[in-house]
Amino acid sequence: MRKFTLPLTPNDIAAMHAYDQVKLSGKLYVGRDQVHRLLFGMIERNEELPISLKGATIYYMGPSPAPKGMVIGACGPTTSARMDPFAPTLLDRGMSVIIGKGPRSTAVHDAIVRNKAVYLQAFGGCGALYAEAVKRVTPVAFSELGPEALIELEVEDFPVIVAIDSHGGSVFSRP
Amino acid sequence: MSLAERIRDALMHAVVELDEDVLGRIEWARKSEAELGGGAVGSTASLAVLDAILENLRIAKEKRLPMCQDTGLFLVFVDVGRESTLPLSTIEEAIHSGCLRAVEQAYYRRSVVSEPVFERKNTTNNMPPAIYYNLVDGSDVTIQILLKGFGSENCCSVRMLNPTGGPEAVIKAVGEIVTLAGGKPCPPIFIGVGLGGTMDRAAYLSKRALLRDVRIGHRDPQYRKLEEDILSHVQSLGIGSGGLGGVITALSVAIEAEPTHIAGMPLAVSINCWADRKAKVVYKEGEDA
Repeated sequence: MRKFTLPLTPNDIAAMHAYDQVKLSGKLYVGRDQVHRLLFGMIERNEELPISLKGATIYYMGPSPAPKGMVIGACGPTTSARMDPFAPTLLDRGMSVIIGKGPRSTAVHDAIVRNKAVYLQAFGGCGALYAEAVKRVTPVAFSELGPEALIELEVEDFPVIVAIDSHGGSVFSRP
Repeated sequence: MSLAERIRDALMHAVVELDEDVLGRIEWARKSEAELGGGAVGSTASLAVLDAILENLRIAKEKRLPMCQDTGLFLVFVDVGRESTLPLSTIEEAIHSGCLRAVEQAYYRRSVVSEPVFERKNTTNNMPPAIYYNLVDGSDVTIQILLKGFGSENCCSVRMLNPTGGPEAVIKAVGEIVTLAGGKPCPPIFIGVGLGGTMDRAAYLSKRALLRDVRIGHRDPQYRKLEEDILSHVQSLGIGSGGLGGVITALSVAIEAEPTHIAGMPLAVSINCWADRKAKVVYKEGEDA
């Protein structure tokens, strides 16, 4: 299984192909439904975003509370399709890696290829497994959203499967 | 032990460990995918998903951590024996108290908002549970709780089928609903099918179907055959674990049916992810409440 360090370089992304099983280490952002709605609104109003999207990795996730002695609780992926209306805009603004689960719309698929980005699928429902891979959690923005807040994770050997690659390869049958 | 404490304990267990029947089906899926997948690229990826699921369950059990961060919405089914003397208000209080304590003590994610459209303010304690009450024979009170995750809930659907459609129409409709769901609900999935009644009754029945021990088929052989036919149709769809294209898409199909109108055949499909988490407490007349 190939290992990569975040942020991924254009060469790393080009080397990834659908169905590849890879492990990621480094920093990534976490955001889901409400973070996307808020970021999208800020982009529409031309406001400065709380994070730089250039080369960013976004993981669609909302963790359960951290028990004593752990940095995070269960933290597996949430369904990506709900972020489909927002993803092309974020990709066009430089976001290059998305981690989630499940199929994407044609518009998202096309935006991934157009921007030479990559969509990685994490193992759905495997919250305890992913808790083992998280080493540090840093709050970033929108803390009022509770489990939906924008946070940064430092991960080590975080396992994913390449689902839509920058060359147009996909594990999903096209809609 | 009070009824509330028994409910709390059952919920603390359910969020961490799967029942034996459910776990058995996941192990069956792992074995079947390995035997039948033929080393195809989608099957190999599906096997990686099933291995991750089994490893995840091992870690959750060892660390007493929720197996999935979506600890769900409490969907409660209370079957009250007609001869039970336990007041409904006592049952309701025990459910609320048991749920609240489990949320605190087992690190449930706070996933419930107070209204669906505008502010969507988090209730911060997963309250309130959604509760159905139902009268049954005898004096027991049986409380069954689904920890209903919403990745799979968003893929559920109701169809009002033609009354002359027969089993073929049912199989086709379930296949369409599961196809539309694809990899979204964390396959391999459990499928509950509600048939008959009205639109809302079919939806209720589809959830009740998910409560059944997955090793046990429908008591009526015709419906049992229909469960098997739906399952083999769903396996032929090629969705696979994680939606990555393996040969096993569903772990079981359970049907609940009831009388309906001459003009209709209501069908509802409830999809549950592989993390089919359920808690069950049976209160016997005279026990501590």
